[in-house]
Amino acid sequence: MKTRGHKPASLRRRLFVFLALAGILVIISLLAPLLCPNDPNATSAADMNRPPCAEFPFGTDRYGRCVCSRVLMGSRTSIYSAVALVAMTFAAGTALGLMAGWYGGAVDSLVMRLADILLAFPQMVLAIAVAGILGGGMFNAMLAMGITGWTLYARLARAQALTLKEEAYVHAARLSGCSSWTVMTKTLLPNMLGPMLVTAATQIGVMMIGIAGLSFLGIGVTEPQAEWGSMINTSRAYLQLAPWAVLAPAAATILTVMIFNYLGDCLRDYLDVEVAR
Amino acid sequence: MLKYIGKRMVHLIFIMIAVSFLTFLLMYLSPGDAAAKKLNAQGVAVSEEVLEKTRESMGLNRPFLVQYGDWALHALRGDLGVSYKDGFPVTDKLVRGLRCTAILALTSLALALLTALPLSILSALHPDSLLDNLTRFFSFVGNSMPNFLISVLLMYFLCVRTHLLPLVANESIKGLIMPCLALSIPICGRFIRQFRAEMLEQLGKPYVSGARLRGVRQRYVLQSVLHNASISMLTIIGLSIGTLLGGSVVIETIFRWPGLGKLAMDAISNRDYPVIQGFVLITSTVYVLINLLIDIAYSWIDPRLRETGGGA
Repeated sequence: MKTRGHKPASLRRRLFVFLALAGILVIISLLAPLLCPNDPNATSAADMNRPPCAEFPFGTDRYGRCVCSRVLMGSRTSIYSAVALVAMTFAAGTALGLMAGWYGGAVDSLVMRLADILLAFPQMVLAIAVAGILGGGMFNAMLAMGITGWTLYARLARAQALTLKEEAYVHAARLSGCSSWTVMTKTLLPNMLGPMLVTAATQIGVMMIGIAGLSFLGIGVTEPQAEWGSMINTSRAYLQLAPWAVLAPAAATILTVMIFNYLGDCLRDYLDVEVAR
Repeated sequence: MLKYIGKRMVHLIFIMIAVSFLTFLLMYLSPGDAAAKKLNAQGVAVSEEVLEKTRESMGLNRPFLVQYGDWALHALRGDLGVSYKDGFPVTDKLVRGLRCTAILALTSLALALLTALPLSILSALHPDSLLDNLTRFFSFVGNSMPNFLISVLLMYFLCVRTHLLPLVANESIKGLIMPCLALSIPICGRFIRQFRAEMLEQLGKPYVSGARLRGVRQRYVLQSVLHNASISMLTIIGLSIGTLLGGSVVIETIFRWPGLGKLAMDAISNRDYPVIQGFVLITSTVYVLINLLIDIAYSWIDPRLRETGGGA
């Protein structure tokens, strides 16, 4: 029915290519301090707004800091924070959704009503308000995105648990005397993990954009810590003088988000599962 | 039908009570003392005596639930307090901002829909054609670009490099171009992706093959396909309203568009809490109401849903 027009072999190849690309990005961010051509935080009045040259591959910003080094160091902030945020919301949401679906009744109502209420706020609006009130910082920005982020996984896990609950092997496990905990972790969880992980993979790009957006507004990661969103924000006033200070982090953001988004798509096609949005 | 709408209205009331409670709680839990924040926002020197008097006059010495009840009752009557910064009523500020944001958001939504609908229909009808591949590429790129990045890139290429457009948005058509593009490109990307998938799904269903075998003309086949796809398309549009409202904060701040989002960001930098509170409350109300209307529209589109009374 689904005309995707791709042979599984080419699907697998695509998946490996993008897994490798994402792996390279992670390695670059791990090795960032070694790869930096200059000290990312060293300011120099003599080198203000210098165009790209041998010493500064992407030029310098208005404080004379090396843009290339800051983009490299910024990759840590962007990639780690997005991956960590997805991992935490995934764990919390899956646990809550699984319990809601398995136990039903009051637990179900409590978790799902809470999710309903949080979904009444547009995600970025609530994130901006929370981060704005708490006053910036990476932790607060992640908290602001995470408040609504877990609901996606909770709803998905609950729906999966409700379907799986009626399967014969779950009944069998229950009848053989397994506790709720064993049934949930040993039989339900492994069977729902596929679609859930794919959803999580597609969310990495979304979270990256969210955190960068908060930093761009000045209520996420703040100076002097290098982060692409805040770099673009502080350099955009000098767009006419030093466009490279904006274009380098912009290119890095687009490239990274694209690679992670495409990886999510490949995973989805490869495992052939529906993804929650 | 009426029963269904009534049920949804009751649900809406509960959701709004919870939303207003959370909004109030957010400000209540915010670090620092509200009286000190108010005095700081006004630039008044803070002494213990003045602070105590301000606390008393703001009613901050009352229990939490009493404070919430008082605030919620006033909010129901359209009174969201006064701005800490300049003493103007928050509601007036919000209404003025809402107008500007509505212009920006609705233009962007229209732009996104006008681009996404024809492109996604054409590319679903001709899968793997050149047009389909180009459309998918555009939608993928659009989906991967944060709106602030599009704004800055547009500014660089259209203002700094070519001087085609003014840097600061004004209410003329020319001033609207860049903010609208920046707001609509990511949404358009997502629309194309999801509309195309939905169209493909519908086109693969037996009723389509049946109609085609019977020699029904393409136009009529497409009509029923679109009718059936419109329910999930509406859902996608409803969800995008949240993205539009969140995105407008970023876009309005960049282009200095005098809407709700700019109001909120100014309020955040001034620690003007009543305005932030009002902003969160009004945007979620708009979001919830639009999604309620969409839910009601489902049963108008699909008569089957009228019987069961449930949304899609």
